[in-house]
Amino acid sequence: MNASAILAAIGTVAALAAVLGGILGWVATRLRSDPDALVERIDALLPQTQCAQCRYPGCRPYAEAIARGEADIDRCPPGGEATVRALAALLDREPRPVDPHYGTTRAPRVALIDEDRCIGCALCLPACPVDAIVGAPRLMHTVIAAHCTGCELCLAPCPVDCIAMVEPAATSPGRAVA
Amino acid sequence: MKLRGLTLDGHKSRPLQGLIRPVPPPAMLVLALDQGAGEAAAPVVRPGDAVRVGSPIAAGAGAATALHSPVSGIVREIAEHPAPRGAGRCIVIDNDGRDEPAVPAAPVDWRAMDGKALLGLVAEAGIAGLGGAAFPTATKLALARAAGVDLLLLNGAECEPWICCDDALMRERAPDIVLGAQVMLAATGAQRCVIAIEDDKPEAIAAVESAVRALPALFPLGAEAPLVAAVTGREVPHDGWPPQVGAVCQNVATAATVARLVRDGRPAMSRIVTVTGSGVNEPANVEARIGTPVAALVDACGGYAATNVRHIAGGSLTGRMLAGDEVPVTKGLNCVLLATAADLPLRAPEVPCIRCGDCADVCPAGLLPQQLHVAARAGDSAGLARFGLGACIECGCCDYVCPSSIPLTARFRAARAREHLAEVERHRALEAKARYERHQRRLAEQAEAERQAFDAARRRAGGADPGGG
Repeated sequence: MNASAILAAIGTVAALAAVLGGILGWVATRLRSDPDALVERIDALLPQTQCAQCRYPGCRPYAEAIARGEADIDRCPPGGEATVRALAALLDREPRPVDPHYGTTRAPRVALIDEDRCIGCALCLPACPVDAIVGAPRLMHTVIAAHCTGCELCLAPCPVDCIAMVEPAATSPGRAVA
Repeated sequence: MKLRGLTLDGHKSRPLQGLIRPVPPPAMLVLALDQGAGEAAAPVVRPGDAVRVGSPIAAGAGAATALHSPVSGIVREIAEHPAPRGAGRCIVIDNDGRDEPAVPAAPVDWRAMDGKALLGLVAEAGIAGLGGAAFPTATKLALARAAGVDLLLLNGAECEPWICCDDALMRERAPDIVLGAQVMLAATGAQRCVIAIEDDKPEAIAAVESAVRALPALFPLGAEAPLVAAVTGREVPHDGWPPQVGAVCQNVATAATVARLVRDGRPAMSRIVTVTGSGVNEPANVEARIGTPVAALVDACGGYAATNVRHIAGGSLTGRMLAGDEVPVTKGLNCVLLATAADLPLRAPEVPCIRCGDCADVCPAGLLPQQLHVAARAGDSAGLARFGLGACIECGCCDYVCPSSIPLTARFRAARAREHLAEVERHRALEAKARYERHQRRLAEQAEAERQAFDAARRRAGGADPGGG
């Protein structure tokens, strides 16, 4: 066996490994995929109910957790199967049913304050993640139905249980102008 | 631009044998708040209120026109009721039969009014496009005025094989159409008016005579974009509308309603409806007050001729099934087709697409229905947008030629509704996201302000010992 030929082969492969490794290392540092862009794209697929059923304090934090690889894509009951599918397609993963541990998918509802029972304690105002409740201390509160995402986060702070989740008022689907 | 479409056998001769028949006003009228444009007007009366002929009962909003009581009587209720476009809120009026007018009939001196005032007059009268879409005429004319159109195109094409209410109107009331056209020219500032009529209506053409452009009888020439292309040679962009090429389309019946407004001061309270098909004894064109149930129209035409009849609003190609004959006439209802199995054979069962391409050859919008079909089945939003779902005019030509009996138009309609809902959801999500971000920012600012206030208080309290704590 020709020892020099073996050495030449080893040398060539080592040199190739060094050069390619160097390029890959450089690419990994200089052309890093922007984690914020990924978070944005994940966030865009989430339903923005801000309900925190995923155990993160809003859709954006959940999107960040998915991007970090910390949370799975099956934690969003309001988005349901459609959201999981969209996330799976974006992240190239297998779609799976929503984990029932985090809640069940149901038709969207909105909060309605029983204005006769509301005592004006203002505890629900900071709880609403989208500022959909109007009111002031000792004055009656009300929910702006068009802004309510149905997250149910206002139910727990209410000391008199005067908030109910109801079917949203029917809005007629619009139509193109002929 | 090549005109594409279908040449179909007409079924228009029987209703056109007689004159337009008035339908006696029924004892109870049901006025849908959504007259066909997809949005509901806002009621301005309450149950128990007395109304007279021409009293405003609902105010226009968005794509909904104002409504006026077509009879005198008492408002019974405002409730859900079957309507041509599905159940919706309706104002129900009990007719006292006296027909007392709210204001005496008086002509309007429209020549002394400027364009803006005329548009206001048309809006107040609740005049809507009578071709079927029921879009507010004043809004459309105002947009055309703003775009500076030069051509008013009156649409008398009426391409559907069963509908002939415009044909009857043109034969009997041509002077009204011309007067309405003059008013609309003044309102839009357009210089020219073309009344477009298909060449299979020689009687109507002879009656209208002035400024008539005869068109080949080709379905669906009555749709706006194909009509503008046929008359002017200018192609309307798929995401645009006729004023971009200097034209505004109005139905001939809308023009006649405008004429009645300036002649008698009457708001839009009635329309001409074709009642036809083998399911009715004497097919005819009838003039009915808005809110009259379809059953009264059938009675005026000699009653039912068959027991198993399908009620279809509009024609055989673009029509929709009605819930029954208690459905009231709306401004958008141009035809009630009482179809027996002989008129419209039930569809053969659907079989898979064989990709023959017949639908693409016939599509007047120049789309590829077979590709849209694939995208619609897959729920592929991007594909639907890429193949131009938005440009589909739902004419039904592709259904008609499809050898596999695929209900393409129904699929596209459903897909369009789904896409619209998805778009609404996306919009809502974006709004919720912005509100959530503002909320988070405010919380952070409040926390920061509290921290600074705390620090300042601590510095004041421990002023002698700045570093202490």
